[in-house]
Amino acid sequence: MAKRKLIELAHARSGDKGDMSNIGLIARKPEYYPILVREVTAERVKNHFTGVCLGKVERFEIPNLGAMNFLLHEALDGGGTVALKADPQGKTYSSALLRMEIDVD
Amino acid sequence: MSVLQKQRARDPKLGYARDFVDMIARVLPDLRDRRIRVIANAGGINPLGCKDAVIDVARRQGIPVKVATVMGDDILPSIDDLLARGIELKNMDTGEPLSAVRAHVQSANAYIGAFPLAEALGQGADIVITGRCADAALAVAPMIHEFGWKKDDWDKLSAGIVAGHVIECGAQATGGNCQADWETIPNLADIGYPIVEAEPDGTCVVTKHAGTGGRVSVESVKEQLLYEIGDPSSYITPDVVADFTTVQVTAAGADRVRLTGAKGKPATEFYKASISYAAGFKAMGQMVYAWPDAYMKARAAEKILRARLDRLGLRFDAIRVEFLGANACHGVAAAEPAPDIVPYLPEVVLRFGVRSENKAAVDRFTREIAPLALNGPPVVSGLGLGRPRVEEIVAFWPALIPKSEVKPEVTLWQSAN
Repeated sequence: MAKRKLIELAHARSGDKGDMSNIGLIARKPEYYPILVREVTAERVKNHFTGVCLGKVERFEIPNLGAMNFLLHEALDGGGTVALKADPQGKTYSSALLRMEIDVD
Repeated sequence: MSVLQKQRARDPKLGYARDFVDMIARVLPDLRDRRIRVIANAGGINPLGCKDAVIDVARRQGIPVKVATVMGDDILPSIDDLLARGIELKNMDTGEPLSAVRAHVQSANAYIGAFPLAEALGQGADIVITGRCADAALAVAPMIHEFGWKKDDWDKLSAGIVAGHVIECGAQATGGNCQADWETIPNLADIGYPIVEAEPDGTCVVTKHAGTGGRVSVESVKEQLLYEIGDPSSYITPDVVADFTTVQVTAAGADRVRLTGAKGKPATEFYKASISYAAGFKAMGQMVYAWPDAYMKARAAEKILRARLDRLGLRFDAIRVEFLGANACHGVAAAEPAPDIVPYLPEVVLRFGVRSENKAAVDRFTREIAPLALNGPPVVSGLGLGRPRVEEIVAFWPALIPKSEVKPEVTLWQSAN
């Protein structure tokens, strides 16, 4: 097992729905997808966003796209116009997730 | 919508997207010569005003035009009646009934689907102007009109929604904001906007005009397909519940990506409504601290500011402090800036925000930023921005409304020449 940064295996785009951020995580190659499914669990993502995501993290698998969608609840300081954050729509959370280090065979 | 609501309060002719009218003024001769029809959700809370402005442009250019308006999305006038009849318009995120903020509501609109837009095309409109509608409906309506899709053609409608979702944020489908190999995407200064070529069976190709910048790739389309979605197997729209887990995305030549296989499920009995309401006030102050010790100075300034606000007895619903250049975007995911780079940070921006129901408290806060430059840690800039502005917060209240309570209405108007 070697440690690799997620950004080497995946790309991503993130956005908002109210106080919830969604991060779409996409495998750069089909053979990376099972690794993402194994390593990037909802629990690990919740842990990765400690202090940022105050609610639960939901994960949805989208095998036809080699992708997963993560919903980070209570992650945007109230969201949209209410938030005082520099990034009230969580647009930068995509690459925040890609900082994660995972085990690769 | 609340901004447009305020514009109409000042001038009853306004309350729509004025730049749409300017755009029509520029392209109207091309629309006529090439027989191109336009559908736009540019009507805001005043589609009739938008229609009048477009017809005025057409009259001045001597180009006859048929404009349809699609209305009925504005539910603000009926809110009290709805609440009185037990339709609570609960907040979809929190479950709270709308009555909790009723006095502060500024606008309320249902997201209408694609069928009324298709009906407007059927009536012969050259330009269709809607109020609030689902963004993807703008792409689905021409498919319904052209291919004669029915209300229960769930798979085809779903295919249209998928294509509409991909193009509804413009160039985010064609290489804009694209993380995959972004540095190799050519000529973003002249980026091409996305085009959907649709087939009667729902197969769609996403592409862009030749000679424009950007890139349509499997990667750019997948990123956009996942943008701002929830459960990918149930993407709920007014006309169909689309299942994104059934879609195949394949390369189909240079700057061409094919979407196939979409399945859909029956639509729900509800429209989504977007309601805006006044939710207090906020202000943000910023100061730039330069090397040396940029981060430590910004932290010291934060302490001073907090002490000042305490001493003034100001209470806020929220205070948020971020250090741009050090760790603002990624928060704990990036952790504190690494101790070994802190001494080399060339500058750090202290961003200090407050929020309160009490406008006076927020206003008093805005007077505390400038003194920081003279009374606080050294080598600081940012006074040029002036005193921070107190902003009214207009918050978003997502709710569901039974479809039977919303009556989309299509009207055709002819310019008088």
